[in-house]
Amino acid sequence: MEKKIYLDNAATTRTRPEVVEAMLPYFSELYGNPSSVYEFAAQNKKALDEGRTTIANAIGAESAEIYFTASGTEADNWALKATVEAYEAKGKHIITSKIEHHAILHTCEYLQKKGYEVTYVDVDEYGIVKLDQLKKAIRPTTVLISIMFANNEIGTIQPIKEIGAIAKAHNILFHTDAVQAFGQVDINVDELGIDMLSASAHKLGGPKGIGFLYIRKGIRIRSLIHGGAQERGRRAGTENVPFAVGFKKAVEIALATMKDRTNREKELRDYLIKRVLAEIPYTRLNGHRTNRLPNNANFSFQFIEGESLLIMLDMNNICASSGSACTSGSLDPSHVLLSIGLPHEIAHGSLRISLSHENTLEEIDYTVDKVKEIVEKLRNMSPLYDDFVRKR
Amino acid sequence: MYTKKVMDHFSNPRNMGEIENASGIGTVGNAKCGDIMRMYLDIDENDVIQDVKFKTFGCGAAVATSSVATELVKGKTVQEAIKVTNKAVVEALDGLPPVKVHCSLLAEEAIHAALWDYAEKKGIKIEGLKKPKSDIHDHHDHEVEEIY
Repeated sequence: MEKKIYLDNAATTRTRPEVVEAMLPYFSELYGNPSSVYEFAAQNKKALDEGRTTIANAIGAESAEIYFTASGTEADNWALKATVEAYEAKGKHIITSKIEHHAILHTCEYLQKKGYEVTYVDVDEYGIVKLDQLKKAIRPTTVLISIMFANNEIGTIQPIKEIGAIAKAHNILFHTDAVQAFGQVDINVDELGIDMLSASAHKLGGPKGIGFLYIRKGIRIRSLIHGGAQERGRRAGTENVPFAVGFKKAVEIALATMKDRTNREKELRDYLIKRVLAEIPYTRLNGHRTNRLPNNANFSFQFIEGESLLIMLDMNNICASSGSACTSGSLDPSHVLLSIGLPHEIAHGSLRISLSHENTLEEIDYTVDKVKEIVEKLRNMSPLYDDFVRKR
Repeated sequence: MYTKKVMDHFSNPRNMGEIENASGIGTVGNAKCGDIMRMYLDIDENDVIQDVKFKTFGCGAAVATSSVATELVKGKTVQEAIKVTNKAVVEALDGLPPVKVHCSLLAEEAIHAALWDYAEKKGIKIEGLKKPKSDIHDHHDHEVEEIY
């Protein structure tokens, strides 16, 4: 296939053309600083406010509870560092899971070095957080529970409502990293008992470089950046109006298309999963079979290594990703795949495919054909496969 | 990320396969770290490597270093083959990204392991050949510098 097949939408998405169009005037024509008093800048203030309101409505929050950041990672960092600091008098204990994004895990490691205590709760074989373990981890000094809404690698959706209820019953703040879930699944912070939520625009057709942190009214949290009244004084710095406008547009489209889009993606996803599992032996699906993001499929192919698979897919114009060590720049394969109980050698051979509204059945068929061909080729090269065949 | 040579050896690996009744077979690396190389050598009575084949489980660089290593030792004498270093492997590939240099060490080690096996089978001692390490990852550092 001549055309590129992009199957890495969990990494980032194409900025929707309507989003780009909405943003453009705010670079060259409507370039005023929202903090200025003159009429020219008032339009920018209005655009920013509207963006905030649209996003707030999307999660059932109030616009004053939405704080723009430069990324989901920044929102995660802020949520963790600034909350624990503000609630230090109560205690210094945080609960999170073993399969969080590094934006959470590395921030927790940093906080541990600063003297905070962190409990990393296990997940089951499908990647669902063990709630009994979570409950047992709660101490009088626990100030924050941070559990991701849906996993970025294996797509498993967490029992957010139950976690929200547990947090509330123990008077503990609940933060969720919803970077992968926002725009893919319905989220209502009140119904789910969420106190803080991180998200990012570029995962749903918005621009890269903007995210937000939802902070429920009344929560004490330290300011992230000092030096101005922007974002209610909590994150100073001139606001990125064009990106906020783009984010708004992306959210509007994501909400308006959610039902049809995700139904279609689910159909494609399930077709992909069915074909791969039926046609490629010694393959497993990682993550929960049904309780997963509509656009995510993650497989492990035994006896092969993920980076090789990715390069060969790339040679066929297919973009996907893997949890192999070689793609992470470290020695260990994905912490998520290890946490769901995969042995190292199987975790090395993983493939993540994440769809968008743009993908077609034809692309999926072509991709499965290629994956099948490449896995076979790599297995023929693999001494592990040789050993397996001999033992059989 | 990879040079043209690496991509070439990865997509068209030379001497991939196995040799039945090989004079020496060496397997190094471990699945835990994501790379295993197995080298097969066919060595004649004059100690010349007549044929060499490999099988590798690993990333693009692991496959490419195995492939180029087989080219470097094919037709060489045993004494010449033990002098093929990982540096020669890297040079033959026009370089490797720093995180992938361990693959070239693995390739060197795989050749040595196959030669060791050959020497053991034949009951001879190859001068200058040390007993290969079973796990190449023991002696190099994958730690990423921590910045806080």
